Order: sequence, then C-alpha cells, then structure tokens
Amino acid sequence: MNLAQADSPSSQYGRQAGKNVLTPRRVRRAVGRGLVHILMILLGITFLMPLAWVLSTSLKYRAEVFVQPIQWIPSDPQFSNYLEVFRLVPFGNFIFNSFYVTIMGTVGAVLSSVTVAFALSRIRWPGRNIVFAVLMATLMLPGIVTLVPVFVMFSRIGWVGTFFPLWVPSWFGGAFYIFLIRQYMMTLPIELDEAARIDGASHFRVMWQVIIPLCGPAIASVAIFAFLAHYNDFIGPLIYISKNEMYTLPVGLLWIQGRYGNFWHLVMAASMMSIAPIIALFFVAQRYFVQGIQFTGLAGR
Amino acid sequence: MANVKFEHVTKRYGDVVAVNDLNIEVNDREFLVFVGPSGCGKTTSLRMLAGLEEISEGNIYIGDRVVNDVPPKDRDIAMVFQSYALYPHMSVYDNMAFGLKLRRVPKAEIDRRVKEAAKRLGIEALLDRKPKQLSGGQRQRVAVGRAIVRNPAVFLMDEPLSNLDAKLRVQARAEISKLHMQLGTTFIYVTHDQVEAMTMGTRIAVMKDGLLQQIDTPQNLYDRPDNVFVAGFIGSPSMNFFEATLTGGDGEMFVDAGVFRVKIPAERQEPYKSLKGKQVIFGLRPENMHDPEYAPPGIHQALVESKVEVTELMGNEVIVYLNAKDKSFLARVDPRSKMRVGNSVGIAFDMDRFHIFDKQTERAVR
Repeated sequence: MNLAQADSPSSQYGRQAGKNVLTPRRVRRAVGRGLVHILMILLGITFLMPLAWVLSTSLKYRAEVFVQPIQWIPSDPQFSNYLEVFRLVPFGNFIFNSFYVTIMGTVGAVLSSVTVAFALSRIRWPGRNIVFAVLMATLMLPGIVTLVPVFVMFSRIGWVGTFFPLWVPSWFGGAFYIFLIRQYMMTLPIELDEAARIDGASHFRVMWQVIIPLCGPAIASVAIFAFLAHYNDFIGPLIYISKNEMYTLPVGLLWIQGRYGNFWHLVMAASMMSIAPIIALFFVAQRYFVQGIQFTGLAGR
Repeated sequence: MANVKFEHVTKRYGDVVAVNDLNIEVNDREFLVFVGPSGCGKTTSLRMLAGLEEISEGNIYIGDRVVNDVPPKDRDIAMVFQSYALYPHMSVYDNMAFGLKLRRVPKAEIDRRVKEAAKRLGIEALLDRKPKQLSGGQRQRVAVGRAIVRNPAVFLMDEPLSNLDAKLRVQARAEISKLHMQLGTTFIYVTHDQVEAMTMGTRIAVMKDGLLQQIDTPQNLYDRPDNVFVAGFIGSPSMNFFEATLTGGDGEMFVDAGVFRVKIPAERQEPYKSLKGKQVIFGLRPENMHDPEYAPPGIHQALVESKVEVTELMGNEVIVYLNAKDKSFLARVDPRSKMRVGNSVGIAFDMDRFHIFDKQTERAVR
C-alpha cells in the first residue's frame, strides 16, 4: 500500500514533479492524440469541402463558377442568386410541398409506430410474437420490390398525381420504427402499466399518459428518421407527381438542374436552400441523432 | 370496506400450476399476510385478486361480487408494488392524484385528499418532486400514499418493504400496521419474510408450491403448526427437527432419535399412542432448549448430551450451535449461560413444547 502510494503520481510530491516532466509515456500519448486529431481534421475537411463548394458557388457570378484555381470566397457575393431561383421556378411551392409531405408523414409514422409498438410490447394477446416476427420479416424486403404493385394500387384508387401516396402509407406504421420503439418500451417495467390500470386507466390512456412520456428518446429518434426519409424521398415524388408546381425539393432540384444545368450558381443556391432545414434540424436535435444511431446499433445486436 | 373470498382458485401457466385450489376467506378489516418462499404462488394469488392475472379455475369475491371478469379499475382495490411503480415523469402530487383524476373526482376534492394523505405519511414537503429525487423510504411512502388517496375497499401490497434497508423496514412495518388500524380497511399483504408476516398480520396464510399450507393467527401458527414446512418456516432461528421413533410401554413413552432418548410427559402421551413403534419427526424450537442452570422452573426437562460448536451472544440471549453425534441443532439460551465452544454440555429439552409430525405425510400429530 505504502509502496504503491509512493510510486503513484497521485502522491503530492509525485504530482507536482510530474507536471513539468515529459515522461516518455506522456510524450507518446500526446503524439498519439495529435495524430488522431490530424486524421479527424482531414476527414472532416473531406466531408465539408463539397458543402463549402456548394455554398461558395451559390454566391458566385455565373462567369466565376469555373474559374481555376477554385475561388473559395466569391469576390462579390451574389445573394440575389437565391431570389433568382424563386423567379425561375415555383421554388416556394417545392418548399411548401416538401414540408407538407414531411410533416404529415412524420406525424403519421410516429403515431402509428408508437401505437403498434405499444400493442406489441405492453399488451399480452395471442399471436403477438408471430405478428412481430412477420413484421420483422418485412424489414428484409427491399422497398423497391413492392414499387410496382404499390404503384398499381395507388393508381387504381386514383391517387397518382396527388400527395397521398407520399405520406398516407406512413400512417400504417413502419417496421423499423416499430421495432425501435418496441425495443425501448420493453425496457420499461410492466408494473407501470399495471399500476395505471388499477388507477383506472384504459390501454389507450396507459399508452398516452404513462408510456409515451417515458419514450422520449426513442420517439425523437423515430421522428428524426421519418423526417429525413420523407424530406429526402426522391423516388416517391418522382413516380407519383407529374405537375411541376407539385414537386417536392428533391425532384424540384432535379428539374432545375435539368432545365438550368448551365447555371450552376442557381442550382447550388437551390441546393443550399434544400439542405438548410436538415442542417438546422441536426443542430437542434444532434443529441437524438446520436441516440438514434445508438439504437440502430442495438438493432444489430 | 369488504371481505374477500378465494373459492377453489387455481392458476395454471401451461403445465405449471402456480396456485392450486386456493380457499381463503378474508374478513372485513382484516390484515391477511401471504407468506412463503419465492415461487410459492403468493404474488400470483394477489395479482389474481387485483385482476392483473386471469383465473384458470374458481371464483374470487370482493364483497358479495364475483370479480373474475371485472377489470382491475372496477374492483375497488389499490395496490402497492414491490418496485413501487411510481410514474417517473409525474410529480409526487400527480402520482397520487392520477387515479382520482381518471375517476373524475372534482379538483378541490383531489387536492384535499392528496394533501391529507401526504400529511398522514409525512411527505407534504415532497409533493412537487419527481420520484427520482426521492430516497427509497420516501418512494415507498408515495406508493402507499397513491393507494390511500383512492380510499379503496381492499389494499393489496406486494412486498412493499423489500427494497428498504433493515432499519427503515422495521420502522415502515410499524407504520403500515398503524395505517391499517387507522383506516380500518382490509389489507392483503404479500411477503417472503416471516418476521413481517408475524408482526403485521392478523392472520397469516403460509403457502408452498402453490398450495395453502395453513392459515391462522400468528400465535397459533407458531404454537400449533400443521406440518413440518410451516413449523420450519415460521420462527427464527427455525425449529430443530430430528428423525425419531416412538418407543415405550407400560404408561411410559419415549422419543428415540438415536442421538438421544427423551421421555414424553404422561399428560401428553395420548395422541401418540397409535404411533408407537413408528417413524416420526420430532420438532423443538431453539427457545425450548435451555441451559439446565437457567431452565424455567416446573417444566418437564429431558437432558441431551451434546457438544458446543459455535456460540453467538446477542445480548439478550445466546444462540448456541450444538452437535450430538453428527446431528446439528440450535438452542437459544439465557445470556448468563456458561456454555463455551468445545464444551460437552447437557441441554435441557422442554418436553411440554415439542411437536411430533408423521414422517410420511409430514403433518402434525396432536
């Protein structure tokens, strides 16, 4: 005990001396950390460079776009490029459409997934595990496989050309979201439900007033995933929407690029406006993004 | 206020019988304790009464009503869970008010009842706190408070003290007993701790492997256990058991355990006459084994030679671990006793207090 104390840097003498002495171990650790930092900075730059390029290009004159070497900071920032986008295409519509579909889809995905997850984790009923297994099996099915039959279905009920195919399916739950929330709900003690039932709560009230308030992190993750999925959805609007003014941002961007492909500064301004909400969302809900990814990590276990 | 009745109640999980043909009548205002080792069916019985488990067979009555198919909320019961099951996102006040809100009790009335219960339990200062800001003892009180504001006909408690430390548990035990007297409501309490059962219950139901072993007052259970299990389960340290044969003739009877042979007093021979020559289990509680020097006067003693292996001085008594020819047993003797480790001593069996059980059926013979 005494020996250990005398040797360890935590004894007063040792600590003071250790502060100024560069022991080989300290040097090695500092160098190691420095290398990791440099690597991370390099990686960070590679990730940020395209974004910086988009931002930079979006503020340039048309003539400046292809100047070599790259001019990272435009000589005279052209904020009017952004307004120009609105003048050329119904960009306001794109934004509105995107948010309409995204919000309706996200709300539906959260509400329906929570309800199904509750039934699969908090209520005992015959066949529950079979239903859950079937649900999980649908996860193995790539969405693209069902594209044609689903299109035929929506076309039969006359929904092609409307926003419904883009968000209504979300109101019927998503297997992955249900799985995520169910796993989280399984961790809550069943006594909570029982106490609430004795207190006089129905299943619905147990869910709404007891379980949902405790599932914040899982619900936030699902909301973020659903938001991203709807906001970034490209194939959906591409096959169901044909009128230009009904385009959402991803399809709208494609249209702009196709029509004004020579005007890269405008394409980039439009792109910038499209990604801004996602970046804002990321900063607001960064904690939940990380949590969500951790949940997905759990899913793989 | 209500009486409760279990009538031929059975609970099966697949092939496993958790509760087997349970018949109990709990009187109004009674404090009934279900006690037994884990897996004996005591919690399952309580949960069936609460409506949290379905009943496989039989009927459960609360008052005059069969409640088999009545949902928990309509059974007029309140339950305190082992884990307390406080709603983590609600304040103490809201935890207690939740059940009343769902029953659409007017706001002013809710407020009055919650504050009254909080005052009674000494948790008035905690009403705005969340459960996670409370200590174990405080959480336990909130759980009790949540039950009493509802003013139910029957209180159900599932091991409500098992998460408290030993000292707090003793205190909480007394508080729950006091509460029972003040409220004058039927209490049904589940525990695995026989001390809790003995100190709190007006009657105790001892269960094992889904079967009710005996139901009686604490004193009767202690003095007149129906079988070996109850005799061994109730009382701490538990009763000593010896395999023995009843021998004798000509008005004399002996318990012959091989390691000792003790005489049964004449006035207690009657019930055992038919067992003469048969194998029995002889039971004697540690406190009925005395240091002959300090044995109470006027008892029928029988001296048994044994060796002291360990002594534990408790202050008010000494627990002596004895061994007679490789058979170990325990005695609680007077603290003045001079029995020391390694000594060979004669220990005085109080032959007015022994128990005899049939070896085959393990049932008491009296």
